[in-house]
Amino acid sequence: MRRICVFRLLHMKKSHILAIAVIALAIGIIMSAAGDASVYVSFREAKERASQGNLTKVHVVGRLPRDGQKQILGLEYNPTLDPNYFAFTLVDTNRIAQRVVYFNPKPQDFDKSEQVVITGAMRNDIFVADKILLKCPSKYVEKDIKGATASVN
Amino acid sequence: MLNTFIGDLGHLSVIVAFVAATVAAYSYYMAARNQPLGETDASWLRLARGAFFLHGAAVLSIITCLFTIIYTHRYEYYYAWSHSSNHLPVYYMISCFWEGQEGSFLLWIFWQVCLGLAIMRFNKRWEAPVMTVFAGVQLFLTSMIMGVVLLNVKIGSSPFILLRDFLTDAPFIQANPNFIPKDGTGLNPLLQNYWMVIHPPTLFLGFALTLVPFAFAIAGLWKKEFSKWIKPALPWALFGGLVLGVGIMMGAYWAYETLNFGGYWNWDPVENAVYIPWLVLVASIHGMVLWQRSKTALRTSFVLVITTFLLVLYATFLTRSGVLGNASVHSFTDLGLSGQLIIYLAAFVVLAVALLIVRWKEIPVSDKELTTYNSELWVFIGATVLCLGAFQVLVTTSIPVYNAFLGFIGIKSNLALPADQIAHYTKIQLWMGVFVALLSGIAQIMWWQKNDKESLANSLTVPGVLTLLGAALVILLVQYNKLQMGAVYIVLLTTALFGVLANLGMVLTLIKRKVSLSGGGVAHIGIALMLLGILASAGYSNIISKNSSGLVYSKEFPEDINRDNVLLWRNEVAPMDGYDVSYTGQYFDVPGVPNYVNKELLFRTDDEFKALARAEIKQGDKVYFKAGDTLELRPENTYYRVEYKDKKTGETFTLFPRAQVNEEMGGLLASPDIKKYASHDIYSHISSVPDPRKDKDWSEVKEHVLSVGDTIYLNDYFAVLRAIEPAHQTAGLNLQPGDLAIQGDFIVHGEKKQYHVHPVFVVRNKLIGRVADEVEDLGLRVAFLNVDPTNKKFTFGVSTTQKDYIILKAVEKPFINLLWSGTLLMAVGFGMALVKRRREASASLTAPATTPRKAQPAKVTRQVA
Repeated sequence: MRRICVFRLLHMKKSHILAIAVIALAIGIIMSAAGDASVYVSFREAKERASQGNLTKVHVVGRLPRDGQKQILGLEYNPTLDPNYFAFTLVDTNRIAQRVVYFNPKPQDFDKSEQVVITGAMRNDIFVADKILLKCPSKYVEKDIKGATASVN
Repeated sequence: MLNTFIGDLGHLSVIVAFVAATVAAYSYYMAARNQPLGETDASWLRLARGAFFLHGAAVLSIITCLFTIIYTHRYEYYYAWSHSSNHLPVYYMISCFWEGQEGSFLLWIFWQVCLGLAIMRFNKRWEAPVMTVFAGVQLFLTSMIMGVVLLNVKIGSSPFILLRDFLTDAPFIQANPNFIPKDGTGLNPLLQNYWMVIHPPTLFLGFALTLVPFAFAIAGLWKKEFSKWIKPALPWALFGGLVLGVGIMMGAYWAYETLNFGGYWNWDPVENAVYIPWLVLVASIHGMVLWQRSKTALRTSFVLVITTFLLVLYATFLTRSGVLGNASVHSFTDLGLSGQLIIYLAAFVVLAVALLIVRWKEIPVSDKELTTYNSELWVFIGATVLCLGAFQVLVTTSIPVYNAFLGFIGIKSNLALPADQIAHYTKIQLWMGVFVALLSGIAQIMWWQKNDKESLANSLTVPGVLTLLGAALVILLVQYNKLQMGAVYIVLLTTALFGVLANLGMVLTLIKRKVSLSGGGVAHIGIALMLLGILASAGYSNIISKNSSGLVYSKEFPEDINRDNVLLWRNEVAPMDGYDVSYTGQYFDVPGVPNYVNKELLFRTDDEFKALARAEIKQGDKVYFKAGDTLELRPENTYYRVEYKDKKTGETFTLFPRAQVNEEMGGLLASPDIKKYASHDIYSHISSVPDPRKDKDWSEVKEHVLSVGDTIYLNDYFAVLRAIEPAHQTAGLNLQPGDLAIQGDFIVHGEKKQYHVHPVFVVRNKLIGRVADEVEDLGLRVAFLNVDPTNKKFTFGVSTTQKDYIILKAVEKPFINLLWSGTLLMAVGFGMALVKRRREASASLTAPATTPRKAQPAKVTRQVA
């Protein structure tokens, strides 16, 4: 069997071998992208994954819970104790709240953000995030014009 | 006064540019139609040229109008208002010009006008068919900035839109439509950087240059001149490879210096969108060189040249349509041009691919089977490797596009980019690097000699042996420094070294023959050095700010959590890896003064761009400002002075990482400062600081009644009231004749030095005023509250605040200079190759087509793909 294959291979043109190799590699690349691609999930799904032993990192989109004065609830960052520990609560699109820990300094202007995207995985009962992406209010909607109420030219 | 004239003129110019491009495209098409290459219909050609010149003039007029609007601060125009401000120096006004999408389209259009004119001048024979494609592209690009509504469809986004037409709902516009803001909202301070003045024009010139070989290829297919296009197109392709490559690396260097993700490359889709076409462009150059040399790879050249341009269009679509959404931090804001961008992309994909398919079987193919001893085979494989590398980045970067497409046809998809992008890309790109280095070395050696088993073995021996010795030496050194080196890294190290040495050997030989031949070799050495630089700086970057203290919470997650930041209290020395580090205060950039100026020397005024000098501001012996002088400063950047002292050598250096108030980027933004050594960089940035925009929380005032000579403790510091003296006229005090003003003179003993504290007590028109004095270093504020002249007792109010601190991350990046020097070498190599191919191309021009060399080799078969 094997000999026949080798024999056939020898009779193939180099260009054909190359083409087959390229196609194989391209498929491999697509598979690797599919395998490495992450997903946007809810916290419930993130927990299910973790309970099944799947610790691959996921993306979760959520908002920060705020009280009547628009203050964010549950922020915990005390740099003088530990500059590399920041904890907060995130409410996902299904309104499930989850405690999140980020072993880095609190991103500046975290407080302002409307929407937060985190990547990471559940560990025990806590979501350990390794990346935080903040979506701040759009420049074009919220921006005031300096002197807009002032005198008119 | 609202000036609508200049905007109308600009808008009119856009429409003229669009119409002229359309006329030029059609006339060039008619001029070239049904004619062999080089022959044209004279009247159509005249019309076409006229139209293209008119198009160029209109483009210049658009640019002049837009720049005038920015330069003269006409904030009634949205573009000036949103991208510029009164305080901007002229050279950054140039950056404002292309900060917005419309301006960057304009830049692109401008370069293509220049290139079009160059082709009209230098490639006359090809002018009509090539310029048909050029004018066609210009037609689409100018439509992007048209800002015209036709049948309820908005075509393009005009840079000349008035503020009142943009913000129609804003109450102040409704109250007064003629309202003109006094100042603009400013250029994103992040872009106020010299690299941002030259990086975008470079990149867009690179984009524009990919059009040239594409237009030649299309012209070749159209006119059935399947091989002659390569010679004139190759120098342009090389120029494109040079400019785009340098442009990409400029962006990388800017990111390294300015952003704080800790490196030069972040696999952000916007970066990838340029990297992908560059790889394919470089592959296409190799294809074209193969054709020039041995009449193979013609179909490959066609495919790659066309793909390069289509990938540039795809990149445009990715970064400008808003499809990236969450996936990128710095794509443009969505202007609602997605539909138009898709039409642009689709039009050229369909036209180019259809033309290629129709002509495919007519494209000559060499029957020669390449053997292992043909360098062409290895060059070809190298180009294939580049394409595979590009393919990987393309497949992954397009993930948001799959989501958008699936959403469009009604399927919900929740696919996200890989959580660990670096690992994902590295696992393929690293191997691309390995094969590129290896193949570039082997092919370069084989390219210049006749190859058989023996000669090949001979010429590979020296570089091979040197490589193995060098690699062994490096591995030993790595181990000597107690670092690990995995098998994959060893492979990359060895092949990259081989790439350097094999190419270097060849370059040294070629220089003796003819310098101009060695361009390829020099570029390859550059690439291999870049690979070594990436391997060292990314593979062995060492976080020196690892935190060992503050493990309060870490019991929950003892394993594998990196704690990469340290807290530095002001003026306290903290050990950090091999350094003693201390943070010693906040500084500002004062234009005109060479180094940063201590915040404590500045008295801020109501105008945030101005301050008074509290004391002499001098550097060395030169006095720049005297006490009380008004000076200008750049208020958005606060620089934090960090002193490093090498524990072993005792050598010290100072870095000034900065925090920038940047509303557009979400508020406060950190930029690193980098100490550069020949062998490594020390890269430090602020991770967090007490917000400089917020007022501090002061403790309740504690009163002390003191006599001169008394000693007290202030916020744990020992202080003496030395005297009560007449107040000095200091900055901000603004004493007038008749005022009675005295001040306390305290000496406070801080950790490192003594501080004079001068709280002032003023009586003016029987009213009492108090000016407290603050020592930022110590978190201390003293006010002079009252005077009891009979008992000679004085009351002072003392309040304290938390001491100032910063949180710092510092990383050592070994041998990153190999990356930058490799880039320069690569650019030089491209330049040399460009000169050589340009000479060849013009030589063939001067020897006219008396011998119309039918390029096809004798035996032409139709290869079945």
